[in-house]
Amino acid sequence: MKVNVTVNGVPYEREVEPRTLLAYFLREDCGLTGTHVGCDTSSCGCCVVVLDSERAVKSCSMFAVQADGHQVQTVEGLANGGTLHPLQQGFWDQHGLQCGYCTPGMLMTSVALLKRNPNPSESDIREGLAGNLCRCTGYQNIVKAVQQASAAMGVQA
Amino acid sequence: MSDEKPAGCLGKAMKRKEDPRFLRGKGHYVDDIRLPGMLYLSLVRSPYPHAEIKSIDIGDAMKVSGVVAVITGKDLEAAGLGWLPTFHGYDKQMVLAIGKVLFQYQEVAAVFAETRGAAADGAEAVQVDYAPLPVVADPFTSKTDQIILRPDRDAKTNHIYHWEVGDKDKTATALASSPKKIKERIWFQRCHPAPLEPCGCVAEFDAMGRLQFYVTSQAPHVYRTALALVTGIPEDKIHVVSPDIGGGFGNKVPVYPGYVCAIVGALKIGRPVKWIETRTENLTSTGFARDYHMDVEIGATAEGRLTALHVATTADHGAFDAAADPTKYPAGMFGVVTGSYDFPAAHAEVDAYFTNKAPGGIAYRCSFRVTEASYAIERAMDILADELGMDAAELRRKNFVRKDKFPYPSALGFTYDSGDYEKTLGVALDKIGYQALLKEQAEKRARGELMGIGFSTFTEVVGAGPSKHFDILGIKMFDSAEIRIHPTGAGIVRTGTKSQGQGHETTWAQIVGEELGLDPQNIMVEEGDTDTAPYGLGTYASRSTPVAGGAIALAARRVREKARKVAAHMLEVGEDDVEWKDYKFQVKGVPAKSVTMKEVAFAAYTNMAQNEPGLEASYYYDPPNMTFPSGAYVAVVDIDRETGEVKVRRFLAVDDCGTIINPLVVEGQIHGGLTEGFAIAFMQEIQYDKDGNNLNTNFTDYLLPTSLETPAWETDKTVTPSPHHPIGAKGVGESPNVGSPAAFVNAVVDALSPLGVRHLDMPLTRDKVWRAIRAAQVVTT
Repeated sequence: MKVNVTVNGVPYEREVEPRTLLAYFLREDCGLTGTHVGCDTSSCGCCVVVLDSERAVKSCSMFAVQADGHQVQTVEGLANGGTLHPLQQGFWDQHGLQCGYCTPGMLMTSVALLKRNPNPSESDIREGLAGNLCRCTGYQNIVKAVQQASAAMGVQA
Repeated sequence: MSDEKPAGCLGKAMKRKEDPRFLRGKGHYVDDIRLPGMLYLSLVRSPYPHAEIKSIDIGDAMKVSGVVAVITGKDLEAAGLGWLPTFHGYDKQMVLAIGKVLFQYQEVAAVFAETRGAAADGAEAVQVDYAPLPVVADPFTSKTDQIILRPDRDAKTNHIYHWEVGDKDKTATALASSPKKIKERIWFQRCHPAPLEPCGCVAEFDAMGRLQFYVTSQAPHVYRTALALVTGIPEDKIHVVSPDIGGGFGNKVPVYPGYVCAIVGALKIGRPVKWIETRTENLTSTGFARDYHMDVEIGATAEGRLTALHVATTADHGAFDAAADPTKYPAGMFGVVTGSYDFPAAHAEVDAYFTNKAPGGIAYRCSFRVTEASYAIERAMDILADELGMDAAELRRKNFVRKDKFPYPSALGFTYDSGDYEKTLGVALDKIGYQALLKEQAEKRARGELMGIGFSTFTEVVGAGPSKHFDILGIKMFDSAEIRIHPTGAGIVRTGTKSQGQGHETTWAQIVGEELGLDPQNIMVEEGDTDTAPYGLGTYASRSTPVAGGAIALAARRVREKARKVAAHMLEVGEDDVEWKDYKFQVKGVPAKSVTMKEVAFAAYTNMAQNEPGLEASYYYDPPNMTFPSGAYVAVVDIDRETGEVKVRRFLAVDDCGTIINPLVVEGQIHGGLTEGFAIAFMQEIQYDKDGNNLNTNFTDYLLPTSLETPAWETDKTVTPSPHHPIGAKGVGESPNVGSPAAFVNAVVDALSPLGVRHLDMPLTRDKVWRAIRAAQVVTT
């Protein structure tokens, strides 16, 4: 089947099997390997992308054909050229990542979280990230990273 | 230039150099690799834990669109590749089942296809006719030898090995004459490291017939040698690359059947092959950990002075003994089971058995079997405190190996390098406010509320290790570093280790920066490529900093010695008149006359006089001893009497890992390790039912903590450098995972102790705690 998905502002028209998951479409058909697959049961959140600028979705729980005609933002679309997004900067400053495998999903979930709630409390953040597993950091520095980004984005706005 | 500030970058909280690529989604993991013409491999796995294979029909599978080839165990056997040696050399493992299957999800056939989907479809279409056999699902049944699981072995028994250390008679005598004694069976449940990136590989034979093997390996050089030995491919024709690794925790040390199948497929079909395991395959077939049933006995005087320790362990190794332990240590470093305590006598023994479960027994975020040992002694110390009616912290303090006893020869044969256990515990007690907590607990107990305080004052043994003791497949467990300094004072360091998130690209640069007075931002770190990195044994068992970290410091000092000759020429004095001080070379007694390493680096390529051009060195470091990180952890929990829910109100970790290279990275490692310890204490378990069915095959059944459950961590430190390590560092990545499970369990049992609960096995699920409360209430009412 033919699908047309706009990823990070770039239209991708591809022929896919109907069973192709959005995660594999992004990774293998668009070559955007920043979106990771960690569990196959939509438990880990490594594959989270932002759909239509507002919703965080696990791209392993959506078919590529369902994204036809939609806008997808992946981790590759987060930085503005040489300038990191405040969330990326926050994760770097606060040591919010170690192996880096969960990081793209954490970042994209946080993008949608801050969109919904620009000034989240610690428990808001912990609740907002509960669909994303991390085996390295123990989450504490990830929470700090989102808080830093929230403050920085508040200042920007 | 000479007035540049000294670098002094050791101990600085440098932000990690590797992070930008991960933050931008530009990390490079194995599954990101796509080669032209690449095929996908999917494995057919057994639904039965123990069954004879009557036949395998690949006819339907070959008809599936996109399927290119199917291979079975018989094909591999014919090629001499039916079995794979396990790392310590005691056993071998079937690559694909031959004749029978021995555990559920065992690899039975390999299907190669044009796409990921076609490979999975092909695997579904392979018809295997099984005749089920009786199942041995626990080591105690296995012990009876009524069913022999491994007729392929010479010895017709399920018993794999008996290992023991210590003085058996002295311990028995001391125990028999001890006025106070405790004995408890403590089980460390089977669990799985479950890094978020599953295991996988891409295999390709290039135009020169050379194997290009990209793989999630914590030990790429060992893989190269093992592959050469198993396949007969000359070692120079094998290139192993470990790209970015999405967490390892010991899961990515062994060589797995999928890797061998991918290589065989690539060779046979002549196209690159990718194999990436699914999460279910990860949890059911690659590298489980623990599964030690430990009978722990401690003797003490009535005043609480320890007299003897005896531990007898029954180990469940699954269908093959694939525990990646050093050759001479089938039970790893389990001899550290005396912990931080000065036992005059001790004896530890381990008996391992085959069962119809997945093989493994890997070191999950710990030095080999150290978590099991640490948990056993720290749990048993609390049971003893309960028996003696003593405060658990006081009993520990009373029996610590005293600071003036280091280097301390333990009753089980280790020489502890350094420690100040009393100081570390003191910091913990102060910071947690122990006296206030005790008062609060007494008040709550009077009201019938369940509040617990749990300690763990552990000692770990890491950094395998001295070549006289440790090897894998005969290869001594040294590690290595190679440093090149470029003309402009930038440089590159390569090591035989491989970061899986530990931050080597930053911390290794800091060591070089410290030793050479150069900017670590311009010291590139490269690991994981066997063509360029010097031979090393890899990253696991907290050995990177103790072993490779030592190699880096000593290689840097060799660079400095060479640089000194150039500096002498530049300063126009004899070499003996030049000293390295304040991160530069200066003429002895004339600080104003100096040159920086950056200046010397340029001269090493432009103005070397009689000296050999260039500025580089390598060092293969064989550590004289292991290192012994320690810590004092305190958990405070509240338990809901009605629901059994445990809330970890506070957790304080005071770690002593010797010299700290980067406090930011150390703290991150501690947070992560504590979270894994928390997970093991409360959630993670790979359970099998009595018929050998794995009940925890994905993340909806194998529970990992999210940001919601995970407690907030408090950390502090004491610093007791290792006297024998070149920079005094001991390693830290695993301490929190080794030390914390006992603190959690001790806190929960302490909370339940007014109900008469003395011990509970992990994981302490809400259900298990609720049942313990209920059982106690039924008895008491």
